[in-house]
Amino acid sequence: MADFGGSDLDAFRTEARDWIEANFPKSLKGKGSMMMREERSEPTPDMDAWRKAMGEKGWGVPTWPAQYGGGGLTPAHGRIIQQELGRVGAYNPIGGMGVMMFGPTLLEYGTEAQKQQHIPPIVKGELQWCQGFSEPGAGSDLASLQTRAEDKGDHYIVNGQKIWTSGAQWAQWCFCLVRTDTTKKHEGISFVLFPMDVPGVEVRPIPLIAGNSPFCETFLTDVRVEKDQVVGPVNGGWTVAKRLLQHERSGLSGAGGGGGLGGRSLVKLAKDYVGADESGRLSDSDLRTRVIMNEIDGRAFQLTAMRAMAESKANSGPSAATSIMKNAGTRWMQDRAELTIELMGHQGLGWEGDDFTAEELGAVRSWLGGKATTIYGGSQEVQNNIISKRILGLPDPK
Amino acid sequence: MAVLNEEQAMLRDAAKSWVQEKSPVTAFRKMRDSGVELGYDANAWNEMAEMGWAGVIIPEEYGGSDFGYLSMGLILEEMGRTLTASPLLASGLAAASALVLGGSDAQKSEWLPKIAGGEVVGALAIDEGAHHAPEKVALKAEKSGSGYKLSGSKSFVLEGMAAGLLIVSARTSGKPGDTDGITLFLVAGDAKGVSRKRLHLADSRGAANITFDGVEVGADAVLGEVDKGHALLEKTLDRARAGLCAEMLGSAVQAFEVTLDYLKVRVQFGQVIGSFQALQHRAAKMFTDLELARSAVEAALQAIDADTPDVPELVSLAKAKMGDVFHLVSNEMVQMHGGIGMTDAHDAGFYMKRARAAEAAFGNQAYHRDRYARIQGY
Repeated sequence: MADFGGSDLDAFRTEARDWIEANFPKSLKGKGSMMMREERSEPTPDMDAWRKAMGEKGWGVPTWPAQYGGGGLTPAHGRIIQQELGRVGAYNPIGGMGVMMFGPTLLEYGTEAQKQQHIPPIVKGELQWCQGFSEPGAGSDLASLQTRAEDKGDHYIVNGQKIWTSGAQWAQWCFCLVRTDTTKKHEGISFVLFPMDVPGVEVRPIPLIAGNSPFCETFLTDVRVEKDQVVGPVNGGWTVAKRLLQHERSGLSGAGGGGGLGGRSLVKLAKDYVGADESGRLSDSDLRTRVIMNEIDGRAFQLTAMRAMAESKANSGPSAATSIMKNAGTRWMQDRAELTIELMGHQGLGWEGDDFTAEELGAVRSWLGGKATTIYGGSQEVQNNIISKRILGLPDPK
Repeated sequence: MAVLNEEQAMLRDAAKSWVQEKSPVTAFRKMRDSGVELGYDANAWNEMAEMGWAGVIIPEEYGGSDFGYLSMGLILEEMGRTLTASPLLASGLAAASALVLGGSDAQKSEWLPKIAGGEVVGALAIDEGAHHAPEKVALKAEKSGSGYKLSGSKSFVLEGMAAGLLIVSARTSGKPGDTDGITLFLVAGDAKGVSRKRLHLADSRGAANITFDGVEVGADAVLGEVDKGHALLEKTLDRARAGLCAEMLGSAVQAFEVTLDYLKVRVQFGQVIGSFQALQHRAAKMFTDLELARSAVEAALQAIDADTPDVPELVSLAKAKMGDVFHLVSNEMVQMHGGIGMTDAHDAGFYMKRARAAEAAFGNQAYHRDRYARIQGY
């Protein structure tokens, strides 16, 4: 459909293939989905080497500008890298919130000095970022946040409490929304950055229904924030935050995702756990229908992701289809997770122990953990509000 | 929607303006009230043919423009918006596809120019029961002299009353349910022994039950190969299904937009009902589902144009998804309009009736969900 200039890309594919072949440690083959798991384990020397190699090459973020260490490549080149990684069971070791949301936002709104300070460590995978957005009283209504930043001349002093600061226990830096003006709601918010090891930052992990979790409460007591670490205008942080949330949502919709299990396909699982007749047809007709419906939803979702990409490329602006991606993607993945444990039967309800396979235990944790996807990053209901008001033009109640 | 080339964008714009000016829903209502036996307005069909729409998938050498299936889908989508009834799908798409895919040079030369010009309406006479089941062919074609003799009946033939050319699936060997032993025949609508009975369906479109009572045809009436007609039939049906999906998409989008407009003007409890979150979220769900269905429908049409091997599964994906979404949106259209939506004077009922008829045509959601899985081996 699209013409990317074939020969240049063919040459690049060879280059990517050779480079991955030379640099990807074979011991890490197929470990990609493990890396994505929420529980952290100590990185092995091979993992460190692979992260370093990809980081220096800039291919973890292929489309970011080369001047800050990124790959400086087109999205078409980026897709080739992804395909070539997938081909040999390799994974992209450069990830996290810095890559997914903060980096793209800073590239758009940051000062030159901020970009030079913060982008290269993200590109190299050296620094983890966490998100200080939600507060106990500011969830779906994020702009009601109360964490206060007082202007002390050459710096701010921040006091307040953040919640769901994912990865705060591992992060070195935080991007945070604070109130710099108490007389206005949206226009009194600023977007600030601070290192997590400054005095006054206290982090407490929050155990979730899926067991271990990356989510934390973060208490901020007289935390000093430097004035050159405000992204965008003072009191103009809401605009920056909204853009960051767009990046978050498009990441969370799981475009091109595979159901989050990384293992067997749903159909394969169904055949293995529920059985099939000699023609391969699933024996349980009720489950079969629901498997089919989920497969159809997943395919329609992926086709929509591709269509949205083609449209935004052709119209050089976002496609209307983008607005539906978070709800459609999360709905599909939650259904899939529910179906997975149902297919596994009692084996799909194990919590721990060697009576269950790693895949079974993973399915249980994914099912539970995945419930968060329709709550965070703008809940399902907030997304529906956005669609009804901004896209469909339906009014607020009087 | 899909990224269009200049030709396609022009065609879409032309279709949009013709449909809005010449064929609004009031035209459909007039046709229904008139009780016209064909189930469409012949003058409107002539205008469509004059604009070349009946030849969009037909090669230029046979009088068409060869613009392809996505282009045809764009026209059908616009027609679907106003429920425009015409033989475009049955003739310009389905019958034309069968001839383009399986016809000999002589058959193509004889029929395609007439179909492209709208002088002859072609129709598929395929099903024999209440459910779409292209393998369940009992209608017999027996050797008779140098040709064949057809005996049996076909049901729910779309545009069966108007058809001057019937493409008939017949059994030349085996038993109903076998894929082998099916042969397609070209039968002139006025052939001796063909009798039709008009069906009055809820959606007021043209359909007929057709009986073949020892209809004699020559050997040159065989379309494709004897006994091997099933593959050609499936390829033809996939094209017809994809085109129908495009029409359904247009109807569903229009039903949604009309409903959305109503939500913005109907006042209850001192405010427009569209300000109520209970309705807003249902509207957002419909919008989401329509976007997903659009992707599936466009992907199926594009796959047909590119002739990729995944056409059958993408078509079944589209028909299953589009059927579900049109079903939902047409129900919500009636529900959200409240009492007025129950009246015959309002268009909501038209969309709901059309939704069910279109869902059932060429395989309903259950049929295509099953087929989608079978194609992929489960």
